[in-house]
This record gives sequence, structure tokens and C-alpha cells, in this order.
Amino acid sequence: MSSDATTAKQSLFTPFNVVAGLIVVLGLIVTGLRFTKGLGTVTNLSDYNPWGIWIGFDLLVGVALAAGGYVTSAAVYIFGFKKYHSAVRPAILTGFLGYALVVLALHYDVGQPWRLPYPFIVQPGTTSLLFEVAACVALYLTVLFLEFSPAALEWLGLQRLRKYIVRLTMVLTIFGVILSTLHQSSLGALFLIAPSKLHPLWYSSYIPIYFFITSIIAGLSMVIFEGTLSHRYFADKMDETHLQEKDDIVLGFGKAASLVLAGYLIIKIIGISADNNWHYLSTGYGVWFLVELIGFVALPSFLYAVGTRDKNLLLIKWTAVWTVLGVILNRLNVCLIAFNWQLPSSERYVPHWMEIVISVFIVTLGLIIFRFIVTRMPIFYEHPDYEGEH
Amino acid sequence: MSISRRKFLGWIGAAGFGMTVGKTARAASNKHFSGYPDSMGVLYDNVLCIGCRKCEASCQKVNDLPMPPKPFEDLTVMDQNRRTDADTFLVMNKYEQVGNGRGPVFSRMGCNHCLEPACASSCFVAAYSKTKTGAVTYDASVCVGCRYCMIACPFNIPAYEYDEAFTPRIRKCTFCYPRISKGLLPGCVEICPTEALTYGKRSDLLKVARQRIQQAPDRYVDHIYGENEMGGTNWLYLSGVPFKDIGMREDLGVTPAPALTSGALGAVPIVVGLWPVLLTGIYAMSKRKEKISQQETQQAVTEALEKAQSEADSKLEQAMAKAQKEKETAIDKAVKKALEEAAKPKSEEEA
Repeated sequence: MSSDATTAKQSLFTPFNVVAGLIVVLGLIVTGLRFTKGLGTVTNLSDYNPWGIWIGFDLLVGVALAAGGYVTSAAVYIFGFKKYHSAVRPAILTGFLGYALVVLALHYDVGQPWRLPYPFIVQPGTTSLLFEVAACVALYLTVLFLEFSPAALEWLGLQRLRKYIVRLTMVLTIFGVILSTLHQSSLGALFLIAPSKLHPLWYSSYIPIYFFITSIIAGLSMVIFEGTLSHRYFADKMDETHLQEKDDIVLGFGKAASLVLAGYLIIKIIGISADNNWHYLSTGYGVWFLVELIGFVALPSFLYAVGTRDKNLLLIKWTAVWTVLGVILNRLNVCLIAFNWQLPSSERYVPHWMEIVISVFIVTLGLIIFRFIVTRMPIFYEHPDYEGEH
Repeated sequence: MSISRRKFLGWIGAAGFGMTVGKTARAASNKHFSGYPDSMGVLYDNVLCIGCRKCEASCQKVNDLPMPPKPFEDLTVMDQNRRTDADTFLVMNKYEQVGNGRGPVFSRMGCNHCLEPACASSCFVAAYSKTKTGAVTYDASVCVGCRYCMIACPFNIPAYEYDEAFTPRIRKCTFCYPRISKGLLPGCVEICPTEALTYGKRSDLLKVARQRIQQAPDRYVDHIYGENEMGGTNWLYLSGVPFKDIGMREDLGVTPAPALTSGALGAVPIVVGLWPVLLTGIYAMSKRKEKISQQETQQAVTEALEKAQSEADSKLEQAMAKAQKEKETAIDKAVKKALEEAAKPKSEEEA
């Protein structure tokens, strides 16, 4: 609210600013290399491994972790959980930033980024699941922009425009859920075309459903995780309502995550049975699969349940971190670790350090923009001019 | 926020309609595509192949590809297993036979020109075409460079110009599309000195292949690779040793690539159609619940108020009645007193 006054008092060289600044400088250098020398200079991508961490992490993980936006707005506006209302704006903001950064990352990964609109304006390839992903992500980014815009318009004082956009809340929410269902699942469905390359334990005709359900898990857990971090660093920006609802949100979302994780565990087991893949469990990949399934699905489901029963907020918060890691692990398994599993190790992909620099650079950009916005716009509090309007 | 139901439903309808425009997705059906009729193919027979690498040289020449550092006459290049790349559309690999004392066998790696290509199915700008000749061609002028075709191809054929900064392209065998359109033979077939490569109609080549197996069953594996793999390919293979021993996957299955994704694509219109209905229903239920609880609260409040009012009324009435009574008694008393007093002097007078 009074950010100008506080920043003026602080030195510019806070630990966050120094580290973020270094990453940004390094990221810009690698960016220069990428766009002048080509993908070959900065990545370890090969003809066997056309997708690396810019797809596995930046796209697949990015989209999954940005699911908090549709999960929260659906819970509050469609399912009527009004008591979680204060979680909506932070979740929409992270969703919007998440998707915007996913699109930014794609500009690094594709060979000719200026042609990204081609599928829509030149020649649509509608038989491709990637077309569905591209169309939904483009539309959903627009939806998230509109859902986020009231906060910016309140900040800018554009009352009339804000009024019109707020009227669209319901339709945007429903449209957002449709688009999210479609593209979250199609990101998994991308791999349906490659049964000979993805390990049978991860390949399943249910993979679109797995990706959709895990996006709900990721969304719920990210809201808890971000809420915890935000409360730690931006508590001074939060209003009474936000602080009051905070614990309820952790309990409610933790309970929901526990249930969804349990359902996910069951459909994963059904998937193994449906393809009769039990014998793979005794192999090395099988053990790794069980680490994911037991360690990052069954365990957090149980811990969330215990945390909710005992009203143990600390346990729920740590479980949220663990669950987010589990979703990251799942996406990396599907896209990189269990993909091309039959190739000899010499042909397998290990990211180049400059690929990692770009991924870290993009996450850092997200944090910087997030901080810029929450210290200026009404995200953690209601703007005094519009109080009690929702 | 308040919106009328009519407005709300209108929006949902518009959202749903917007999603369906320009999208076609057909789920699995009983239609079976067995390739364009009369499409051409090549039969590669590794029993006849001597591994001279002349096909590689010819391929490089007719496609204007850069010459490799070591000449094609240098057969030691084949000591290492190689694959296609941005500058090589065709690679011949050598496989030593262990134990049986026979010489090495050879295998070809290059585009198999699938009947229903995974690359074409996966491309979101439709840069690939399956032509009637059988050739799978690629149009670099629309390619975005997402490399999903490389993920999709079960034979790992498409290669990418990773070192090209501004106009990187996918590179792969074109089945010499420009040449066969003019009636010429593909470069590799034209040069082959041993007729290990045969160009012809795919349907004829299948007959030729079966004949060869029949005539020399002890020299051939009883399988035509490409007849059914991934739904069938225009390139066909005969081998004297099991295909898995010459670097060819035997576990690809016979399902063509588009059939693998048609279910997921078919789900799109279902989600677009059902979700708005379901979500609106849930919204209506939660709204109704809220409304009812509000009404109940209001009713309780009204009842409480009414009760309090009536209680107050009856109390007031009672008080009024009491007051009235008191008043009446007071008046009675006063009248009585007055009467008594009036009677007093009378009696005094009388007395």
C-alpha cells in the first residue's frame, strides 16, 4: 500500500535483489546466445531428444503449477466456497504469471518463435494434440489476463472498465475451467502418440486424465505453498479478511488435496492393472515408479489427512511443498526420465547448464514481477473503494 | 456481482460455441485406411545388400546435401552405428553376426514413409503431407520448430538443424519426391548395383517380397517389415536375420499413429459440451443453497421479530388493561368517596 515509502527506506542491495540481479544478467547473456547462435549452442538437445527441460520443466511443470488459478476460482465462484475468497486474487495472479512465463519459455524452445501464431493464422493442424494445447493455452492466457485485470484497474483507478470486466467473472471462470480441463489433459495426451518411447509404467491411455487430476493436486498445493510464502514476506500488505481466512484456506485446501491424491492413487493402480504392467515393478524403472507413487502420492495424501484431522497447519504446509515436488517429479519422469528409456545411456539427454540458467532465469522473472505487483496492486487486500463488492 | 440467469446462460453458450469452431476430431471408428491405392514403395532386401554405401552417396548428391568429411568409399565409417541427421537422410549400418561365422549384415535407416504418418498427425501447422505417390513431404515455410514430430516418429527419423540460428528446419528423406514426380527413380534405388532396392507399387512389392521368402525360406526371416508396423509403411524390408538384431524395433505394434490420439481428440467436444452444463448446474446448486439459507435466516429473523412484537403487544395490552382497571377502580373509589362525602353532610344535616 505504501510501497514507495518502504522501498525508499531499504537499501537496494538486499540479498533477494543481488541474487535475482545476477540471475537476470546471466539469463540475458544466455538469451543473447540462444537467439544469435541457435539452439545447438545453448542446449544438449539432439535428434533423439528433441525436448529437454524447457519443455519438461518450463512448459509441463509450469502449466501444472499454475493450475491454482482455475482450481481456486472454480471453488469460490462455482462451488460456492465463499470463505476462500481471499485466495482467489493471489491464485489468479500466479496463474497468469505462470502461463505468461510458459509462453515466454516456448519462445526459447521452438526454432522460429515468430511463427508461433502460424497454427492459427496460416495453417491449422487440427489432428495434433499440440494444436489443442496451443489453442487452449493462448485462450486461457487471455482469460487469466482478464481475470487478473480488475486488480490492475483498481490500482490505475479505471473504475468503468473494471466494472465491465468484473461482470464477466462467472463466464470467465467457467471458460477457464473448460480450457484448463482441455489443455492440462492434452499436455499428457501429447505422449499418447509415442507408446514405443515412453516407459509402459508411465504410458497409459489414461495419461490425459492423470495430467488433469495432478493439475488439481498441484493447484491446491501451490495455493497453500504460495500463501505460506506470501504470508511470510508480504504480511504487511494483507488486510484483516485475508489474515482471518488464511488458516481456513490451508485446512480446506489440504483436505481437498488429500482426497484428490487418494483418488489419483486409485486410478494409477487401475492403470497398472488395465495394462497388466505389474511385472515392470520389479525392474529399476519399477522402483523409481514406486518412489513416485508411494513417496509422492500415497504419503502426501496420508499426511494431508493427518494434518487436517489434527488441525496441524505446519504439517499441511510442508506436505504442500512435498506434493509440489511430486508433481514436478511426475512431469520430468514422463517427459525426460522415462522417455526414450530404451536408448543406450550415451544417447540419453542431460540438460546443458545454459538450459538450466534459462529455466532459473524465467522463474526469477516470475518472482520479480510477482513482487512488483503485490507491493502495488490490491492482491492481498481489498481496495478501499471497492470493499465488500464481491 | 450480479448477473441475470439469461445473460449467464448466453455467455456459456457463446463460450461453448467458440470452442468448437474450426476443430475436427473423429474418435476411433471401424474405418480402416490401408494407404493410397497405387502408391509407390521401395523394398530393401538386406540379403542382397553388400554395404557399398553407394546409396548414401547418391542420396547426398541428389538432395544437394554437404559431403561428409570421410568419403563414401571409406567403409570403416560403418564400424560405428550412425543415425540420420540434419545433413544425412539415409544411413547404412553394419551389424556383425556373432557366432555363426557368416559375414556382416546391413540395415538401412531412413524415412519409411508411413501410410498414416505420426509426424503428419502430430504437426500443429500441418507442415507434413502424405502425398498420393506415397512420399511424406515436409514444408519448411510454415514449420514453427516445436519438434513434436521428432517425439512422435516411432523410427526416430526427423532431424533438426539445431545449429541454425534463424531458419532451422526439420530434415528428412523426401522419397525423392521431386524425382519420382517426374518419373525418375529415387537416388538410392537408381544407383544400387545389386538390386537390393526395388522401386514399385507397394502392392506389387509385397507380392515380390512374399515370393522371395517362399523361394528361399532358409535365407529369409518370415516377415515383411513395414507391411503392418505402425499401420504399414511404403518402405518394406526383408532380412536374413531377426529385425531386432539389425536395430529395428519389433515392438511397435500395428496401430497407426492417428488412432493413438483420436480418443483424446474426440474427448474435446465432449468436454466443451458437457462442462458448461455440469458447472452451471453446480453453480445453480450452490447459489440455491445460499439463497435457501439466506431465506431461512430471514424467516427466522422475521419470526423472532414477530414473536417479540406479539409478546410486547400482549404485555402492553395487559399493562393497559391493568392500568384501565386501576383507573376504573380509582374512579370508582373517587365516586364512592364523593358519594360518601356527599351523603355525609346530608346525614349531618339530618342529624
